Amino acid sequence: MLADRDSSLGPMKDLVLYLTDVAGPLRFAPYELVAMVAMLLFGAVVVFGFVLPVAGITSWLERRVWARIQSRVGPNRVGPQGFLQWLADGLKNLMKEDIIPSAADPWLFALAPYLVVIGFVATFAVVPFGDVLVIADLDIGILYITAVTGLVVVGVLMAGWASNNKWSLLGGIRSAAQIVSYEIPAGLSIFPVVLLTGTLSMQEIIRAQGWAPWHWFLFHDPFTFAAFFVFFVAALAEGNRTPFDLPEAESELVAGFCTEYSGMRYLLFFLAEWGNLYVIGAIVTTLFLGGWQVPPVTEHPVALAVFQLATFFAKAYFFVFVAMWVRATLPRVRVDQLMILCWKYMVPIALVNVVGTAIWMVVVPTSLGRVVAIAMTIGGAALVVIFFRRVRFHLRRARLGPADYYYSPFI
Amino acid sequence: MLDQYIGVVITFALGAVIVLGMVSGSMIFGARSTSRRAVKDEVFECGNPSSGPARGRFSVHFYLVAILFIVFDVEVVFMYPWAIVFRQLGVPGLIEMLTFVAILGFGLAYVWRRGALAWD
Repeated sequence: MLADRDSSLGPMKDLVLYLTDVAGPLRFAPYELVAMVAMLLFGAVVVFGFVLPVAGITSWLERRVWARIQSRVGPNRVGPQGFLQWLADGLKNLMKEDIIPSAADPWLFALAPYLVVIGFVATFAVVPFGDVLVIADLDIGILYITAVTGLVVVGVLMAGWASNNKWSLLGGIRSAAQIVSYEIPAGLSIFPVVLLTGTLSMQEIIRAQGWAPWHWFLFHDPFTFAAFFVFFVAALAEGNRTPFDLPEAESELVAGFCTEYSGMRYLLFFLAEWGNLYVIGAIVTTLFLGGWQVPPVTEHPVALAVFQLATFFAKAYFFVFVAMWVRATLPRVRVDQLMILCWKYMVPIALVNVVGTAIWMVVVPTSLGRVVAIAMTIGGAALVVIFFRRVRFHLRRARLGPADYYYSPFI
Repeated sequence: MLDQYIGVVITFALGAVIVLGMVSGSMIFGARSTSRRAVKDEVFECGNPSSGPARGRFSVHFYLVAILFIVFDVEVVFMYPWAIVFRQLGVPGLIEMLTFVAILGFGLAYVWRRGALAWD
């Protein structure tokens, strides 16, 4: 099973080889067994030490960010600045009764949270944290992610059907229709990057980029730039996030597919939802933003790993923040708008991006491509500058009044 | 090789462990009531007595979307091998895929024209 000792143990391979060496402390144990235990431990550290806290802390941070945007205070009682709110919520849900309605299908009702949470946690098998920090660098990494997130659809549909409740069923089928529809633009938007790199492995995609923004695929050509936005919007819709959170639209469907859930099982759906935000950010960072690539400032392996981890986390978490911001800003779309946006706008745009990138690779010479990348990077930086000027303008106008301060978009 | 997939199996198992642990934790520490079961077991319909079966008919559009998804998603999966070897294929590969995408685009235009994408 583990006969090929050169393959993907990543950072633990040297350690395992040392432990099972003829003079090593574990020389009686077979290499395969030690390697499996090492992988299990690493996976457990990632899941319990990173995935669960990040999902929980995101739930607290999201409420604080919304509160800030909406001029409220938000949760600030449990711990400093309310930081421990997520633990308090978890404990509260732990003490709640786990109700399985007698009209529900008990097996499917109990099974649904498993599928949703497994579909979310399993993506972390290939989500990288650094050059060597990854549980399994699969050859089919990005395809694997689109496959396992499909489990979430099954779980949501199962929850909606098993609850034997009209709201739940409506929420479940809406969610299924939404997630499968948006899987097509999301899947198509991966192609520009796969075309450029010729691989599906998350690590190889990152290695094909560089630390500088003009080496990122975001600024490679106009088609990858468009694909980035299509992918992010489609990923928000797949994650049931506002403005696409119709499956749990409380104003029309109570709580959608989780209407009949209570206590821990209810919490698990939201654990997956908040955790999925980080997964979305991590995929976007990997595909378009250069992943963990850092400037060559250090040679020390541990310092380098920490630096890469911090870079990747900062980039990925920025998109979590953008998702919060979007949720606090935009109203929910209607179900017909949702479907029209997907099939009549995003699918054609995504198809054009695939074809455009392929033609670009054949037609445009490398030197011109480099110029375009730098020009697009400058354009992107200019957009960011204009955005901050705009924000400053609104802040000043709010303070001074419209008569005293005018905005000129050309300065 | 296949041993890469041990990591996948491990994450699947850890996901199941999370749910199992949290749900059994709530079984141990959670509240358990014996009284008023009948009220709690009712289907929630905003406090009104439940009317009619929950699994009634729903719009045929959902079926249409599911069928379209199957068609287009299979096409997308077909494109993965092409995308990976595109650099080696060069111009002939580009022309072949343009033909494929053109047929796919024609299919999309057809369902659009037939009104399968309309939602009202």
